[in-house]
Formats: sequence, C-alpha cells, structure tokens
Amino acid sequence: MSSTTWVGIKTLMRKEITRIIRIWSQTLLPPAITMTLYFVIFGNLIGSRIGQMGGFDYMSFIVPGLVMMAVITSSYGNMVSSFFGAKFAKHVEELLISPMPNWAILAGYVSGSLFRGLAVGLIVTLISLFFTDIQIHNVWIILSTVILTSVVFSLGGFINAAFAKKFDDIAIIPTFVLTPLTYLGGVFYSISLLPDFWQKVSLINPVLYMVNTFRYGFLGVSDINVGVAYGIIISFVLLLGFISWYILHKGIGLRT
Amino acid sequence: MENALEIKDLVKTYKDGTQALKGVDLQVEAGEIFALLGPNGAGKSTMIGIISSLVNATSGQVSVFGKDLVKDRQAVKAMIGLVPQEFNFNMFEKPIDIVANQAGYYGIPRSVAMERTEKYLKQLQLWEKRHSVSRGLSGGMKRRLMIARAMVNEPRILILDEPTAGVDIEIRRSMWSFVEEIAAQGTTIILTTHYLEEAEQLCKNIAIIDHGEIVRNTTIKELLKTLDIETFIFDLDRHPEDGLLKELGAQIRDDCTIEMDVPKSKNLNSVFQVFDAAGYKVSSMRNKANRLEELFVKMIENKGAQS
Repeated sequence: MSSTTWVGIKTLMRKEITRIIRIWSQTLLPPAITMTLYFVIFGNLIGSRIGQMGGFDYMSFIVPGLVMMAVITSSYGNMVSSFFGAKFAKHVEELLISPMPNWAILAGYVSGSLFRGLAVGLIVTLISLFFTDIQIHNVWIILSTVILTSVVFSLGGFINAAFAKKFDDIAIIPTFVLTPLTYLGGVFYSISLLPDFWQKVSLINPVLYMVNTFRYGFLGVSDINVGVAYGIIISFVLLLGFISWYILHKGIGLRT
Repeated sequence: MENALEIKDLVKTYKDGTQALKGVDLQVEAGEIFALLGPNGAGKSTMIGIISSLVNATSGQVSVFGKDLVKDRQAVKAMIGLVPQEFNFNMFEKPIDIVANQAGYYGIPRSVAMERTEKYLKQLQLWEKRHSVSRGLSGGMKRRLMIARAMVNEPRILILDEPTAGVDIEIRRSMWSFVEEIAAQGTTIILTTHYLEEAEQLCKNIAIIDHGEIVRNTTIKELLKTLDIETFIFDLDRHPEDGLLKELGAQIRDDCTIEMDVPKSKNLNSVFQVFDAAGYKVSSMRNKANRLEELFVKMIENKGAQS
C-alpha cells in the first residue's frame, strides 16, 4: 500500500470516528440503554425463573449474545446511515473524485463502523458486569469473532446504502432481515431446545454462527462447530467485501 | 503548447436513452482559462462529470496532460480539482475539516494539509469561519468553501461549474481575481457559467455546447467579431413620439429611455442627426452589456432552426 493511500484511509477513518463521537447520543448511548433493559428484563426478572441454559445461568448465557446483537446492529447502522447520508447529500463525491483506490474508500468506511461496533460492544460488556460476572474462555476467539462479525455487517450496510435510493430503503433490511436473523440467531436460547427440523432451519442463519462462536469465546460452549463457524464468517467477509468493491468499481448507485 | 485536456469523440448515453454527449471533441491548452457555455441540459455537467470521474462515459477518450482517464485514472484524478454546481459537502462539518479531509483523500499528509487549509481558507476569506458549522455559512461563503476544497490538492486543472451562481457582485469580482491569480500561477481553468460577462472577462478561448455537440470552439475575440450588431440605450429629455421610434427602429424601455440595435456598418452620427432634427436632447448613452449573450442566443436559435 502506498503512503498516499494510507493517508487517505487514515483521513476517512478519523472523519468517521470524529462523527461517531460527536453524535455519541445517537451512536453510543441508545444501545447502552436498550441492552441495559434487556439485562434487567430478560436477565434479572425473567431469567431468574428460566434457570440454566447450556449449563450456565441464563444471564451468563445471554450476555455474549446481547453484546453481539449490539455489535451487529451498530456496525450495520453506522455504515448504512453514514454512507447513504454521504450519497444523499452528495459529499461522497469528495471521495469519488479523489485518487483514493476503491478498496481504500471501503476500508476507511469499514474502519469507522468497526470502531462503533467495538465501542458499543465494550460499553455493553461493561454494563453487563453490573448484572453478572463474566468468564473468559478464549480472548482471541472473542476478539476475532467480534471484529469479523462487525466487518461482515459493515459491508452488508455498505451494500444496502449503495442500492438505497431513499431513507426508507435503509430501514427495510434492518427491520425485516437483520432483526429476525438476530433474534432467531441463538441470542436468547440454545438451538438444542428446538425440534430437529427447526434446528436444521436455524443452521442457514449466519448470525447463529457468529453468536455461538462469540459465546464459545466466553463460556467454552457452542451449539455449532467453531471451525465451521469461522469458515462461514470469513466466507461472508470475502463475499461481501468483493461485492462492495465491485459496487464502487462500477459505480453502481454512485455514478451515472 | 501542451494540451491540459484532450477529449476525442466523447459519447454519453444515459440508461433512459438520453444522448447527453454526441461525439464531442475538445482541446484545452495548458495554463489558459477556458469557458464552456451552453444552455441548461446541453451536456456541460455531463462532460465535467466524465472528466472528474463522477459519470461513466459510453465511449470516447479523455486525457489530462497526456494521461488517459481510463488507463491511468488515479493519476488523472490527482491532477484535477472540481467545484461543482451544487453544494456537495457535509453541512454538519466545519470548513477546516472539510478542506483538510479533502487533502487527506489526495494523500497529503496531515501537517501539510493543515498548512494548505489555512492558506486557502485565508485566500478565500473563510479563515474566521473555519470552526463554524458549514450549514450556517452564506451562499457565497459555501461556494468559496468549495473552491478552497478544490484547491487544496493544488490541481493542474481546476474545473469550476458555475462558480459565481447566486453570489453578489462584490464576491463575484473577488472570485474572478482569485481565478486570475491561480491561472497566473499556471493552473488551467475550465469554467462553465451562465454569466457571459464572466466568460468575456476571464477567458481567452470558448466552446459553446448545445444538445450534446460543440457548436463553436474559438477565441472570445473571434467570436465577438462575428457580432455585427450592437445595442445602445439612449436617455432622452422627454418621452419619445412614435414617429421617432419608427424612424430609428428603436423600442421604448421606459418613459424617456429608448433601446436600439445599431449595425456596426452604420455611423452613429446619423442616429444623432435624427435626434437633432426631431428636437430631442440625448442626456446619456450606453452600450448594453449583452454582446456575448446575444450572440449565444442567436447561435442556439440558428442551430435550432437548422435542425
């Protein structure tokens, strides 16, 4: 990578991080409040009556899932709103006319979303400490899973934003695709509770692999094979990364 | 003289079938201020969009200082600065960030970027507003901010798409002197404008585009030579009678003011003789500053009639 390209990526990254921090009440605070409510309601009030899940008390079981849910929503939301905003207000042209390579533009935006995803993940993890003790089985699995997942959903948000023509279009995917996938992705339950058929159906949900690998990093238990999960998550990074690069290369939704 | 920009047989057909450019050829010499004129929808913005990589060409070739836009896009982009027609910066950011970030996208290290940002914001009288939210700037300030942003990578070609639209006369004139100043330093300027006086004041060469084709590409001097009629405005000491208007072929503008077209071949003395004979006194006379405008309208009309 040339030094000029690196300067471009750093600039875009700085711009995105500054924006996230400047509007912290829209970017960092809401997930903290939402997840605190989840911890209180599902963890404390209802969770105490549920008993054990996967060999752990319910609160310990849902903490990794809720952290991952916050990371997914924030990473996706950051990219889709930031990039569509730039497209809508036309200041994406600042980048399109510059000599920054397409992959570097993508890297800059993904870095911003990754920052928000990780910042929110950290905040939610810290809040969870008020409700339960956290055990760590393998810190590298935790870090690699959260980074890869954040990248996957940042890229997903980018593709959504590139095709979106109006603000409604950036709300459809989070509402009708992302939320069901996350809620049915093993955040609140182990798929071993489901009948065979629904267990198999659950396996087509990519979020399941992310949540379970992340949970494995904390608790050392998972509904699915962690190696397979890594393979699937990395495949998504590569596939969505290529689609995003192709969109920028061809200027789909960006150039006439 | 080296060509800063060379366009060969450039065609752009949009998805809906609209042919915005129909095989345009154009050369712009290095170091000149070049005017691109045309009515709305003529293809100016499409051409500028292609040069600055915001629009994909259907076919044809664009090269900037000998480098092909398609084969060497990064190098071409590095040589261009663009001031678009519409405001296209983040209205929630501060001018200092907008300009410094743009420098970063061009690979300019932060310390140099900050120095240049200060230089151009000062030159464009925006330094005092550097920490204001851009949304609150006046229209003229916003336009100057876009010029500062376009200059921060010190481009070899600066493209200004109607840079003075909606700004007051004082700011317009200060922007003209800024453009002349940077042109004097060797930057090639390509300017589209609706203010024909602007083209006349700043540019040596001009291309007129209409319906996706270059109608005329020549020097402004040559173009003006082809104008054989001038319009004069006379202020008289009293309301003119119909007979006088008929004799002169003039039109009334207001109570004591008339306007008439005078062919260059005609001696103005003969006009004054008519006033004398009818007993009118001319208190003042001026040339209507619309020479290029008339020519432009005439050319577009002629072309319309031919097609």
